[in-house]
Amino acid sequence: MSKFTRSLAELLGRDPKKPQPDEISPEAKQIHIEVRADKTRIEKIRLELAHKAKHGQPEKLRRIRWSVLIAVNLLFVVSFVLDIQLLEGALTASRFVGFHMADLNSALQVILAFKHVVINLLIGTVTVFIMWWLLGGRTFCSWVCPYHLLAEWAEILHVYLAKKKIVKDHPFDRRARTWFWIIFAVLALVTGYTVYETISPTGILSRALIYGPGIALIWVALLLLFEIFYSRRAWCRYACPIGLTYGLVGATSPFKIQYHLDSCFHEGECRKVCLVPHVLDTVIMGRARGLNVDIGADCTRCGRCVDTCPTSSLTFKFKGLGNLL
Amino acid sequence: MSNAKKLSRPLAQRARRKFLRSVALGAGVIGASLLGFIPVLQQWVVRLRPPGALTEQKFLASCIKCGQCVQVCPVEAIKLAELDEGFGVGSPYLDARAQACDFSCDGLQCVLACPTGALTHEINYPHETDMGIAKVVRPDTCLAVLGQGFKGQARGAEFKGLLRYEEVDRWKPILVRDHPYDLELCDLCVRQCPIEIRIAQCEAGKPPSDDENQCPPQHAIRLEAIEDSEGSKRMRPVILDGCVGCGVCEMICPVEPTVIEMDSSASRGISV
Repeated sequence: MSKFTRSLAELLGRDPKKPQPDEISPEAKQIHIEVRADKTRIEKIRLELAHKAKHGQPEKLRRIRWSVLIAVNLLFVVSFVLDIQLLEGALTASRFVGFHMADLNSALQVILAFKHVVINLLIGTVTVFIMWWLLGGRTFCSWVCPYHLLAEWAEILHVYLAKKKIVKDHPFDRRARTWFWIIFAVLALVTGYTVYETISPTGILSRALIYGPGIALIWVALLLLFEIFYSRRAWCRYACPIGLTYGLVGATSPFKIQYHLDSCFHEGECRKVCLVPHVLDTVIMGRARGLNVDIGADCTRCGRCVDTCPTSSLTFKFKGLGNLL
Repeated sequence: MSNAKKLSRPLAQRARRKFLRSVALGAGVIGASLLGFIPVLQQWVVRLRPPGALTEQKFLASCIKCGQCVQVCPVEAIKLAELDEGFGVGSPYLDARAQACDFSCDGLQCVLACPTGALTHEINYPHETDMGIAKVVRPDTCLAVLGQGFKGQARGAEFKGLLRYEEVDRWKPILVRDHPYDLELCDLCVRQCPIEIRIAQCEAGKPPSDDENQCPPQHAIRLEAIEDSEGSKRMRPVILDGCVGCGVCEMICPVEPTVIEMDSSASRGISV
C-alpha cells in the first residue's frame, strides 16, 4: 500500500496497521533495533519531561495558533462593525478585499442541492481550494474554525475531569465521519436543501460572532457538553464532514508535519495531545517505515505535537522549502 | 475490582459497544439535522426575501448563509433567520414593518454581493425585483380612507427605521423620525413608494443615475377617490401591477397596526 493510499484510508477511518518488515527501510530497521537496546535514553527523557511538566513550559505554537484563529474570526467581525470591507461575509462564504472565497464544504452542499454553480461561487471555491491545498487542508480546522477553539477548551475540561475519574472518554468508530460526509452529500442532492448547514457548528458560530447570537448556539452548547462529559473531541474526530473535506484537499499538500525517527525516544507525549492520534501511529516504537515520515492527511497541522515533543522529532515541513521551525 | 473487570471484558463486546454507540451518534446527528425539514415543509413562516431571491426551495438550496447581503444593505433591512426556521437558519429575510427595502442603493447591492446566485444576478433594477406584493389588509383604518391628514413622525419618536429622502441626502438614508410630515390627506404609502418616486423622477426628465433603464414601466400604487354623495376628499390606496413588494408602504404606514402588509407567498412560489 502506498504512502498516499494509507494516508487516505486512515483519513476515511481505517485503523493504522503495523508495518510489515519489508515495508521498513533498512536505516529505520537499524534504529528500531538500537532504540530497543537502549532503555536508559528513555528514562532520561522521562525525567526531563517531569521537570518540564513541573515548571510549566507554555505551548508556544498553541498560543500563536489561537491568536491566528481569533484574529481571523475577529477580522470578519471588525470588518462588518466598522464597515471597512476587508473581509465581508462569514466563514461559509466571504470576500477578502473584494475577492470571492467560499468554504469548500458549504460550497459542495450548495452545488449538490442547487445543482448549478454561478461563476462567483466557482471563483471562491477554486481560490479556497488552492489556498488550503497549499496550507495543508485540515489546517483550516485548527487554525481558523471557531468551533475548534471552543472544543479545545472543552477538551481541557474533559481531560481534567477524566483525570479526576469524574468522566470517561467514549470513543466512536472513526468511519462514522465518512458516513456523515456521504449521507449529508446524498441528502443535499436528494432533498435539494443544504441539510448539513443547519447543524454546522462552524457556520453557526461564525454567523453568531458576526451577526449576533441566536438560538442555534444551543446546539453548539449541546455538542460541547457532549464532548466534556461523554466523548473527547467527538465532533471534530468522528462527525464533522468539513474536516473530511479539508482532509481530502490536504492529502496531497506540500505542507505537513514530518516525523524524524532518529531523534525520537518514543515517549508518546505527542499522541496524548493529538486531536487525531491515529496519524501518529508511526511514532510508536518499531512502527516508522522510514527515517523521515510525513504525517497523514487527517492531521490538522495544529502543532501541538511539535510543541510537546521533547526531542524536536516532529517538525513542520513545506516540501521544497526545507524544514520550517 | 472494576479495573480487573474492565480488562477481562471481552474485546468483541467492547467493539460491539463502540459500533452501537457510533450508530447511535449517526442516528442522532442525522436526525437532528433532518428536524430542519419540519419548519420548511410546514411553512411555519413565509418570509419576505431580499430582491432577486429565487423561489423558496431553490433559494434555500443555493443560499450559502454568509450574510454578505446583510453587510452591504445601506438601510440594514436584511436579517438572518434563526434555527427555528430549520433549513432556513442563517438565510436572509426582511421584516418590512421594522425596516423595508427602499432601494436606496439603486444598484441592488445585495444581489451583487450574493456569491451563489440565491439572489439572482439576472436583475439590475428595482422594478425588476419580485419580493412580493403589497396588500391593503385593513382599509377601514386607513387615514386616507377616513379622509384624514397626517402630521408628525410617521412611526413615532422611537422608530429606528431608515429611508432615503433624495431632497435631504442623495446618498445617505436618514431616520424616518427625523423627517416629520405635514399632510392634508395622508398619502405616505404612495409618496414614499420607491417605484412611484422613480416614475416621478423619470417623468421630470431626471431618471436615477441618469439611466433610462432605471425607469419603472408600471405604477405600483395610487390613491383613488372614493365616490360618495357628500363629495368629500376621501381616498383609498390601490396596489397596481408595478408593485415589487419592497415593503416601504408597510413600513411608513402611520396606523397601528399597519393598513398595508407584504404578501410574498406567490413570489416565493408558496401556495397558502
